[in-house]
Amino acid sequence: MGNEFLIDTGLVNLAYLVASILFILGIKGLTHPRTAVRGNFLGAMGMLLAALATLLAKGLDFRVILAGIVVGGLIGAVAAARVQMTAMPQMVAIFNGFGGIASVLVAGGALAIVLRGQAPPGLQMIIATAASGLIGAVTFTGSVVAFGKLQGLKLFPSSQVIFPGQKPLNALVALATVGASVWLVSDPTDIVAYWTVCGISALLGILLVIPIGGADMPVVIALLNSYSGLAAAATGFVLNNNVLIISGSLVGASGVILTSIMCKAMNRSLTHVLFGVLGPAADGPSADDVYGGNVKSASPEEVAMLFDSAQRAVIVPGYGMAVAQAQHAVRDLTNLLESRGCSVEFAIHPVAGRMPGHMNVLLAEADIEYDKLKEMDEINPTLEQADVALVIGANDVVNPVARTDPSSPIAGMPIIDVDKARTVVVVKRSLSPGFAGIPNPLFAMDNTLMMFGDGKKAIVELIAALKES
Amino acid sequence: MELLILLLTIFALAIFVGWEIITKVPPTLHTPLMSGSNAISGIAIVGAILSASTSNDTVTTVLAFLALVFATINVVGGFLVTHRMLDMFRKKG
Repeated sequence: MGNEFLIDTGLVNLAYLVASILFILGIKGLTHPRTAVRGNFLGAMGMLLAALATLLAKGLDFRVILAGIVVGGLIGAVAAARVQMTAMPQMVAIFNGFGGIASVLVAGGALAIVLRGQAPPGLQMIIATAASGLIGAVTFTGSVVAFGKLQGLKLFPSSQVIFPGQKPLNALVALATVGASVWLVSDPTDIVAYWTVCGISALLGILLVIPIGGADMPVVIALLNSYSGLAAAATGFVLNNNVLIISGSLVGASGVILTSIMCKAMNRSLTHVLFGVLGPAADGPSADDVYGGNVKSASPEEVAMLFDSAQRAVIVPGYGMAVAQAQHAVRDLTNLLESRGCSVEFAIHPVAGRMPGHMNVLLAEADIEYDKLKEMDEINPTLEQADVALVIGANDVVNPVARTDPSSPIAGMPIIDVDKARTVVVVKRSLSPGFAGIPNPLFAMDNTLMMFGDGKKAIVELIAALKES
Repeated sequence: MELLILLLTIFALAIFVGWEIITKVPPTLHTPLMSGSNAISGIAIVGAILSASTSNDTVTTVLAFLALVFATINVVGGFLVTHRMLDMFRKKG
């Protein structure tokens, strides 16, 4: 059963053990920003060790391997060096996909090699091969669609794609993947069955991700992250290789944890994110009812006056800040306010941005120290003591309706309680609704001022006004 | 069968270890956690090397080569981009 791939050398397995320990220590390093760089380095060393040990264990054809590693390494290095921090979600998405397709190809290759031999593949190998192909192919095409949506490619509409009969079709395709897998397991000598499993799973990956849009993307990326790990673990069972199993399950666990954190932060179940359609509540109040002439627009000069007397400001960034590339302007504003004796903190909602932790990376890139970045649960009790809450490009995550209206589509979603601050300033292009498609009564509150316009331009004007005052 | 049980044991224990350490990663570092764990899922590179070294005809060699390219992009790109991000979180000065 796949013993061609079993490595008997104790030394190599020892190297795999060391590599696995390095991966675990590497992730452990990520529990604090101070130790994180070293942690990532340990992980990379683990990978190098595992790859080298495998290379040396088999007297192999170095040409193919060298060529593959050089090509892949160059592409990876260039992509890593060039990518904008705002584009991080699509980068991680496409890398997830590459991990998935690699597992598909490895499992397929292994099956082909075994079929050339005398004995047919054993039951463990064939089940694991089916699992690798299924999970790997779903991960690959799902990730490509997620990448396309996040990158804004025309081929992939970034919004939810809904069509009649979608759910029955998805169910049918899911059943077909199971059917093809059963075919493969019952006739393990037929490689066509394997590629059929992969083909139908690829279709399933596309169908599962196209109905998901906008603010639900962090969940999808975290889930695909988990799948890419599980695909690698399944490949480990194909090859009887423990380092693949260990690393794959570490990644699988990581993705599942992040997925559940994201779902909790939106107060929605995973099933609802994947299969439910989020739309405006049919009987919800209209935008006119909510705003009804109570929205106050303010000039940069008026907002500057507010900040002049402020002791404590809390900035709430959302995806809109990333779109407007306003993070560097926000850093300048922070420095200016602090030089005038006003303390500044950032309130980060777990689902702000397009992937878990996205806002933190964008703000860190702009040289904002990480100890100013506060989690929602930490900052919420202190918002009453904030003189100004500045909301930049965020909407649903500061909508008080989540607390007050049980019939709202976002009811029960934990939000950042900016409405409790003495004054709220919202920087936003217009009154258009966020992903949840509902109006936000925060914009019409007595203590709210709206600064309409592009996020970056508005902050730059605010800085200029502050310097003049 | 014994081997399978051994592998399943490793699988189950690794998931528990992963669960325990990853729940301790603060939200600030969730993006680097994703790209870093993503790089680790590039461990398929080991499988690709094994495949390449065992391949015995054109089809399996091509499959192994492609797997190597994808897995290496994942590994190299993943670790480098994670490093780039984590560098930004270092305290300045």
